[in-house]
Amino acid sequence: MTTAPERTGPTPLAPGAPRSGTTFLGLPTAPRGVGHLRGDRPFPDAARDALRDGQLRANLGHATSTIRAKRARVVGEVPDWEALRQAGKALKTATMARLDEHLLELERQVTARGGTVHWARDADEANAIVTRLVQATGTDEVVKVKSMATQEIGLNEALEAAGITPHETDLAELIVQLGDDAPSHILVPAIHKNRAEIREIFLRTMPQFQGPDADRDLPDEPRRLAMAARTHLRERFLRAKVAISGANFAVAETGTLAVVESEGNGRMCLTLPQTLITVMGIEKLVPTWRDLEVFLQLLPRSSTGERMNPYTSMWTGVTPDDGPQEFHLVLLDNGRTAVLADEVGREALHCIRCSACLNVCPVYERTGGHSYGSVYPGPIGAVLSPQLTGVEDNASLPYASSLCGACYDACPVAIDIPSILVHLRAEHVEAQEKLTPEAAAFKALAKAMSNPRLWRLTQRAAGLGRLLARGKPTMPPVLPPPASGWTRSRDLPTPPRETFTQAWAREHGR
Amino acid sequence: MRVALFATCLVDTVAPQVAMATARLLERLGHEVVVPPGQACCGQMHVNTGYRREAVPIVANHVRAFAGAEVIVSPSGSCVASIHHQQAMVLRRAGEEQLAAEAEALAERTYELSQFLVDVLGVTDVGAYYPHRVTYHPTCHSLRLLRVGDRPLQLLRAVRGLELVELPAAEQCCGFGGTFSIKNSDTSTAMLTDKMANILSTHAEVCTAGDASCLMHIGGGLSRLRSGTRTVHLAEILASTEDAVSPHQTTRPAISAETAEVPA
Repeated sequence: MTTAPERTGPTPLAPGAPRSGTTFLGLPTAPRGVGHLRGDRPFPDAARDALRDGQLRANLGHATSTIRAKRARVVGEVPDWEALRQAGKALKTATMARLDEHLLELERQVTARGGTVHWARDADEANAIVTRLVQATGTDEVVKVKSMATQEIGLNEALEAAGITPHETDLAELIVQLGDDAPSHILVPAIHKNRAEIREIFLRTMPQFQGPDADRDLPDEPRRLAMAARTHLRERFLRAKVAISGANFAVAETGTLAVVESEGNGRMCLTLPQTLITVMGIEKLVPTWRDLEVFLQLLPRSSTGERMNPYTSMWTGVTPDDGPQEFHLVLLDNGRTAVLADEVGREALHCIRCSACLNVCPVYERTGGHSYGSVYPGPIGAVLSPQLTGVEDNASLPYASSLCGACYDACPVAIDIPSILVHLRAEHVEAQEKLTPEAAAFKALAKAMSNPRLWRLTQRAAGLGRLLARGKPTMPPVLPPPASGWTRSRDLPTPPRETFTQAWAREHGR
Repeated sequence: MRVALFATCLVDTVAPQVAMATARLLERLGHEVVVPPGQACCGQMHVNTGYRREAVPIVANHVRAFAGAEVIVSPSGSCVASIHHQQAMVLRRAGEEQLAAEAEALAERTYELSQFLVDVLGVTDVGAYYPHRVTYHPTCHSLRLLRVGDRPLQLLRAVRGLELVELPAAEQCCGFGGTFSIKNSDTSTAMLTDKMANILSTHAEVCTAGDASCLMHIGGGLSRLRSGTRTVHLAEILASTEDAVSPHQTTRPAISAETAEVPA
């Protein structure tokens, strides 16, 4: 069975959707006002506050350097890692080229095995479908497997608005949910919290620690914290009638869904409840079983730095008297087709959400995930979020990178993130209708730099800056914007009396 | 060999001693150096800031300026990386097929200094003398786009009198990133702070690298801290000899290795 809900109105287009250099096919980007793809502040402003938080810097520095070392160790022991990486890239490229056909095949296979496929154009449609499906079961609570797609569309808020309580069961997602916080990392959403902070959240929010007779003895040992979470979650697993998951992969030829995880909480959700609803981005699909061979090697080593993840759960439709007896697959677009239309940017859809790029990123390590404003932070978020929403709705993100290239080297499917960042910067610049002061300056400089005579004059003018230095080796630290952005923390050398080309011409008698 | 020197816009304008050192070094090794007068910029800053359309005439000027050059050498990893990875792409996108092909051919003959010395000339000992404690920062574009690897270190190890000390977390970006250093000034400064802490922990007198831009960033920070540790381009160290020690290098480290009680 297949459903597609009636549409009440056209999906609002975010500005920047018709992007230059791409064939605009009228493809909608992710709508505003729902989900978590847009921040409320530009990246530099949010980052400034995050950088002031010493505890956050310490937590992130410790966590990312630990994961980086683990990843480097297990990647280093695979002799054909580069070949695997290129295989992953080739598989993704081939899959994206015929995504439409593979999606229809997936739908046929899931349907043939007793599942129901729903097509959701955007976050609003997906939330409506899931809410309706949960309501149809008569329950008012659901357990959730860790899932980026449902965070992206703001499913928890939508369910709560309909009177349904979602329980996150991934330990880190639980910490975030109980702390009334937002995830800050793709894999480790509570990476910004240390164990003392987690202990405080548990003591404050878990029912087992409330009441006058409650035993509030909870040391901040990882084991004791995990035990507290287990007690909290077990009851919910046994009670739940409906589970909601995302998917790491879907195999089109068999209609099989796959979730990889570390804790086993996902498997509890995927096996105990009567009804299972999976929300999956359309790009998560692989054509054949054999393709999983590549990705199941790439993913755990890149994400948790493990040779193999502890739990890999796979299910195909419905199996009578075993596991959920009702299975729904919601296929989510929410801007993905628009990304696919961009020849350069579409590579971002190859992402398998391992988060290796976050862990190696010097910007992410210092600013944390919340500064990006989207559930997809770090380098991959800086190329994915602006494309899903239209670049103007996340215009500061493509600039949130020094283009150091560490992300590209770490990416298990070799996404050239720096090139996409540069491409999106150009998309943003070219979408400006008014001439900004920056654009005027760059245009003038371009004129000078393409005409040697004019360029020599410009250099000479720049050399006059030395008059401000009054004989000192560096310029005054108080310069007007935009130079102040530099001189706030760095000295600017005084320009020399003579440029190199001048000196050379003088020496060589020209 | 007749070597055309691409100084780069930044070095030409604010760090002429780096290009001069490159020329002196190549001449000392017995090569003829020419400086094509039409040169300006490779276009990288425009491309990386989003002005790829505006970069087209800049790249065209670069291709014109170096047309006919047998081999081009530049003391900058990131500018050479841009010549290799961006110029043809930018031209092609603007429909300049012919020019893009010329840019590609030019890129094949363009080398970053350490690559030219080690790979093309086959030398690691360039006869330099530099009696200082030095640490090396591998700049991101040299490291990850050009893959210069340990070539600069091979060159530094052969310098007489030079004490090379390893930089902790060397492969971490210094935070420059072109206009990133201004658009995301706070994040850039946070990255620089960690880089400087690592540099100062080595008690080196000099931090060197193959990019004047990153060095301007790191050096600007070290100067603001009045740390006494300086930044010097790799070309300046390699150009230095017993007869002509680089005049800029007379400083001692702020904290000497011998007297330091607690490592920073």
